[in-house]
Amino acid sequence: MKMNRRDFLKLTGTGTILGLAGLGLFERVTEEAIAAQFSKDAKALNAKRWAMIVDLRKFKTEEDYRRIINACHSVHNVPDFGNPKDEIKWLWTDTYEHSFPGQEHEFMPEWLEKKPIPLLCNHCANPPCVRVCPVKATFKSPDGITQQDYHRCIGCRFCMAACPYGARSFNWRDPRPFIKKTNNEFPTRTKGVVEKCNFCTERLAKGLKPACVEESNGALIFGDLMDPDSEVRQVLRKDFTIRRKAELGTQPSVFYIIGGSENV
Amino acid sequence: MKRYVYIGIVAFIVIVTYPFWSAGKAKKPEPKLDTPEIQKLVEKKCVEPKEFMKREHMKLLNQWRDAALRDGTRVYVNSEGKEFTVSLQNTCMKCHSNKKKFCDECHNYAGVKPYCWDCHIAPKEEEGQI
Ligand code: HEC
Ligand code: HEC
Ligand code: HEC
Repeated sequence: MKMNRRDFLKLTGTGTILGLAGLGLFERVTEEAIAAQFSKDAKALNAKRWAMIVDLRKFKTEEDYRRIINACHSVHNVPDFGNPKDEIKWLWTDTYEHSFPGQEHEFMPEWLEKKPIPLLCNHCANPPCVRVCPVKATFKSPDGITQQDYHRCIGCRFCMAACPYGARSFNWRDPRPFIKKTNNEFPTRTKGVVEKCNFCTERLAKGLKPACVEESNGALIFGDLMDPDSEVRQVLRKDFTIRRKAELGTQPSVFYIIGGSENV
Repeated sequence: MKRYVYIGIVAFIVIVTYPFWSAGKAKKPEPKLDTPEIQKLVEKKCVEPKEFMKREHMKLLNQWRDAALRDGTRVYVNSEGKEFTVSLQNTCMKCHSNKKKFCDECHNYAGVKPYCWDCHIAPKEEEGQI
């Protein structure tokens, strides 16, 4: 078959048009034909930047710690492997020296040397874990929570290396057999993903404060750091607070009132 | 000599097409809807029309996942304006509490094995429950 330049151009032109039309048609057919939308519950608690204050003065007995840790770990199906190597940490405790390195000194009060400090993810405004995550499984949500999408996590553990607070834990083993009492309303995690405190985002969506705050008898204060009238801001105006390793520039959203002799 | 060629061709066609005509024998899936939650419904309706759910439920679940986790929007307003809490465990599986006779029925047939249940807690089902 002989074809001149003009016919060739006509043919390829028509071909292209048909191809594009077909593509358009294909997209029309595969497009989801559903006019649904998503919204928030009217009861949901909203903030620009959720924050917490830990009032150490109000932690008097072992029970005060146990209550908040249990509350957190039971709603979120956090396993207890019974050994520190495999430990999954959402809410845990450590010594003052380990929690605030550089702030300790040899003349500090004995009660402070011994007193456990409640620790959790600091939901930093400038979180190193988010920066290093290669798959964007960890991200900042608009309400200031440092979130993790377990569906995306590939278990590379860069975030664990980046977090200066040890607030992230890796599931070395299947956690399910080590969950004392499973909460059927919340998923577990699985071997091979990293997990952390989520500031009870699923409770905030229903209008509930975090589980630990609810159980703390006022020792944990929760609110919007960007709202000048919020409870956290009122306390921050009145009491002296410190944050963990703030000199690293992470801008933690968890504040601590250490207090003085009222702790004894 | 030619005979062997014909026999060969017939045998070849039989073997190659075996998966197609033998598949008809596998029992078609019949997802069961007789759960307590669904029996309570006045209108036996899913979150979206049945045909859409059949075809698109995996995409819808992905949308739900992202809406809840990424956007913090945990209420789904369906095409009829009805509201549902965005949750696999607490919404889908409350109605479809017979996972084995519903989700698995189709998935076994289609040879898909969603890994969701590694984390999401499947409804408790007694063995032999209808
Ligand atoms: C309010 C109860 C209810 C909820 C919630 C619900 N479903 Fe359904 N679902 C139904 C009913 C009833 C049907 C049958 C609809 C029909 O026959 O028209 C159905 C049908 C389906 C079908 C099609 C079954 C078939 O035979 O083709 C799929 C797939 C499905 N649902 C998946 C889901 C998923 C996934 C979710 C969560 C996103 C969900 N459903 C939430 C009640 C529910
Ligand atoms: C009518 C049959 C049918 C029912 C009922 C059904 N599914 Fe499916 N589902 C399928 C098919 C077929 C696929 C595979 C689609 C594909 O690969 O494109 C699938 C895929 C999926 C996927 C994606 C899996 C993957 O690996 O990508 C998820 C998640 C899923 N289904 C969840 C559910 C849940 C949860 C239920 C029960 C509430 C359910 N399905 C009920 C037929 C069904
Ligand atoms: C590695 C563990 C893991 C796996 C695997 C997993 N999920 Fe999730 N999923 C979670 C966690 C944890 C949440 C957060 C729950 C929350 O914040 O309420 C969640 C939330 C969701 C949500 C929104 C909130 C809710 O309560 O349902 C949907 C929808 C969802 N997942 C669907 C899926 C589907 C579909 C699959 C399988 C294709 C899957 N997930 C596999 C852990 C997992």
